[in-house]
Amino acid sequence: MQRYFKGLAGVLLASLCAGTWAGEYSLTVDPVTIDTGDFRKQGIGYNGASPGPILRFREGEDVTIHVTNNLDEPTSVHWHGLILPFQMDGVPGLSYPGIAPGETFTYRFAIKQSGTYWFHSHSGFQEPDGAYGAIIIEPQGREPFRYDRDYVVQLTDKHPHSGDRIMRNLKSSADYYNRQQQTVGDFWRDSRERGLAATLKDRLMWGDMRMMSSDIEDVQGFTGLINGKGPEQNWSGLFQPGERVRLRLINSSAMTYFDVRLPGLKMTVVQADGNNVQPVTVDELRIGVAETYDVIVQPKEDRAYTLFAESMGRSGFARGTLAPREGMQGEIPELRPAPLLTMADMGMAHAGMEHGEMAGMDHGSMNHGDMAGMDHGSMNHGQAAAMPADPFYAQGSGLIPQAYNDGRFLSYADLRAQKPLYEERAPTREIELRLTGNMERYIWSINGIKESDAEPIRLQYGERVRFKFVNETMMTHPMHLHGMWSILDVGAGQWNPVKHVISVAPGTTVYMETEVDAPGKWAFHCHLSYHAAAGMFRTVIVEGGPQGGDS
Amino acid sequence: MKRLMIPLLLASASAGAEQMRHSMHHGYFYGVRVDALEYRHGDSGEELGYWSADAWWGTDELKARWLSEAEYSFDHDSWETLDNRLALQTPISDFIDLRGGLRFDTPDGENRQYAFVGLTGLLPYWLEMDSNVYLSEHGDVSVDLALEYELLLTNRLHLTPELELDAALSDDEAVGVGRGLSSLEAGLRLSYDLVDRAIAPYVGVHYERAFGRTADYVAEKGEEREGWFAVAGLRLMF
Repeated sequence: MQRYFKGLAGVLLASLCAGTWAGEYSLTVDPVTIDTGDFRKQGIGYNGASPGPILRFREGEDVTIHVTNNLDEPTSVHWHGLILPFQMDGVPGLSYPGIAPGETFTYRFAIKQSGTYWFHSHSGFQEPDGAYGAIIIEPQGREPFRYDRDYVVQLTDKHPHSGDRIMRNLKSSADYYNRQQQTVGDFWRDSRERGLAATLKDRLMWGDMRMMSSDIEDVQGFTGLINGKGPEQNWSGLFQPGERVRLRLINSSAMTYFDVRLPGLKMTVVQADGNNVQPVTVDELRIGVAETYDVIVQPKEDRAYTLFAESMGRSGFARGTLAPREGMQGEIPELRPAPLLTMADMGMAHAGMEHGEMAGMDHGSMNHGDMAGMDHGSMNHGQAAAMPADPFYAQGSGLIPQAYNDGRFLSYADLRAQKPLYEERAPTREIELRLTGNMERYIWSINGIKESDAEPIRLQYGERVRFKFVNETMMTHPMHLHGMWSILDVGAGQWNPVKHVISVAPGTTVYMETEVDAPGKWAFHCHLSYHAAAGMFRTVIVEGGPQGGDS
Repeated sequence: MKRLMIPLLLASASAGAEQMRHSMHHGYFYGVRVDALEYRHGDSGEELGYWSADAWWGTDELKARWLSEAEYSFDHDSWETLDNRLALQTPISDFIDLRGGLRFDTPDGENRQYAFVGLTGLLPYWLEMDSNVYLSEHGDVSVDLALEYELLLTNRLHLTPELELDAALSDDEAVGVGRGLSSLEAGLRLSYDLVDRAIAPYVGVHYERAFGRTADYVAEKGEEREGWFAVAGLRLMF
């Protein structure tokens, strides 16, 4: 309460004096107990809860945030997606040393943007252990869409094991958490459906590579949460029939991509990663780890609508409800069959793969002919060929999403900026980042080098750099650059969407451009917690520009 | 105030870079795995206890390992095998590690120490492989090869065939090893992952056979050259 008074007083004072807003906020980092309905565990939260509070800022506001560490280990708070001086970015070792136990660190920065974001710890595995919260920033001007209600929908994947233990288990045995591996039963079923020879050939091909077509989710066995509530606890948002409801979808998972839908409702996507996009109406969307999407739904009937978020690998789900009255429930859909990777996801087109083994498979005919036959029944009924091409998935990929009702599934290719943030100009240079790894050893890297062995990426202030991501692994990586915007190349020129996380599917090449306008040291990493920790991480140093990085 | 803070922060941030490597990017890990902790009941009535365990600590690049294997005869109250190894292990390819170190055989009876070097890792088609060359303190050279495959009946019920072959280049009569192919062990175990992958009870069969001169040594001791065992045990991983 005091916080709000202080904030209000500050706001009034500041607006009288300087015509700007100023707010003061306090966060404590606390040990908490997390109850998912399936299990209880010790975790980390903010202001005594996980997720922490929803921080509400205003564009143009000067915020002061006091963060007090009540843990017995160091912590840090990173303001995910916020454009700020690097000293305020909250990455231990890059921005500052972190926050020691018992200490308070005060963040001060100006809010230069609006939209939906989130914050989380950047220390150890505190984020998987519960240290996250949502940020809503009100714009100065009017928003280009209307809504009557506004809910944060923060998705997470809570696991009974601690983050440290998960990492250790993955290092001991990379398939520790994969309980969707192909079994003898699957072999017989596939043999019946597709013939013994084809099935045998498929298994031998994967076996020869010592890789698994089921290696889509590294960490299974989680309970999906919405705003801290498990499927049984059923987070609910109320509406009056006919109202337009804004859902601020935030994926704060450690490892899980979610396919989100509200059966019976269409979602109009109006914002991606905090930036307005030209509205696009879809039936379902895939939200990568650390991404945010704002969607507007308009439930017209006097009934409960289920908000269903299946993990991409179908090993778990989060569930909530939109309802006209408290306590109502909608039908909970069944999880769809787990997809399987195909040879197309193995990066057949890329130079970096072992040529010897791959050469024989590196053919279009492979992908379209043989492979189509091998695309599993579970892989959306073997209709790979019939599916429309999506440039953000490899042709014939097992991961190409399909809407639950055969309707429209959001693609990156659908995203267009509402208003360009930057003037369109040619990039000054291109930097290739191959996303690499060794599944069996659970080592993740960029250009074959782990962060601990890598030189920082040096950028010059004032550049516009084009990044080329080449995913040579069989996993999807949500790449997150701190401090500067990631302009995703969807081929729309100045209307390319502006994001802070770029998801790169296996077997694909994706481009993004960055206006290098923020001096200092920044983190650039895969946002899958255990991939970042295992080395898929780079330090970015922006040289030149305003002294000290405080603009 | 703000301007004053910045150089200070910069200084402390660079001092913290090393700290980040340790706090963010945990470089060191450990693991303990007991592949077998089992009771064996032989076809001629003998009862044995057996374990095979592996504890490691280190980085992606270098691991220190303690490997232990033991066979205890309840009939004779004696250690038939008691083998401990200290080893260092480093990757030499995507799937294969080079491993080397010292092996201490201290069963009841004659002891032996060996230096050993070997390859371990995953072969194509998911075959787990472990193969070593040993040089004993007396200059005797021997080799072994172990292969294992985990067949997934379901994602929790596993059938694991395994095969181990031992051979020696010379006789070491004191420890009962003869020149040539000395012994073969084969096992088939059906396990169920009861608690994650941490606790998996299993049942199975185990077959052992000694060959050539090794078989003669076995016979001289009044033991069987070959034997079938019914086994029951636990696999542990933590």
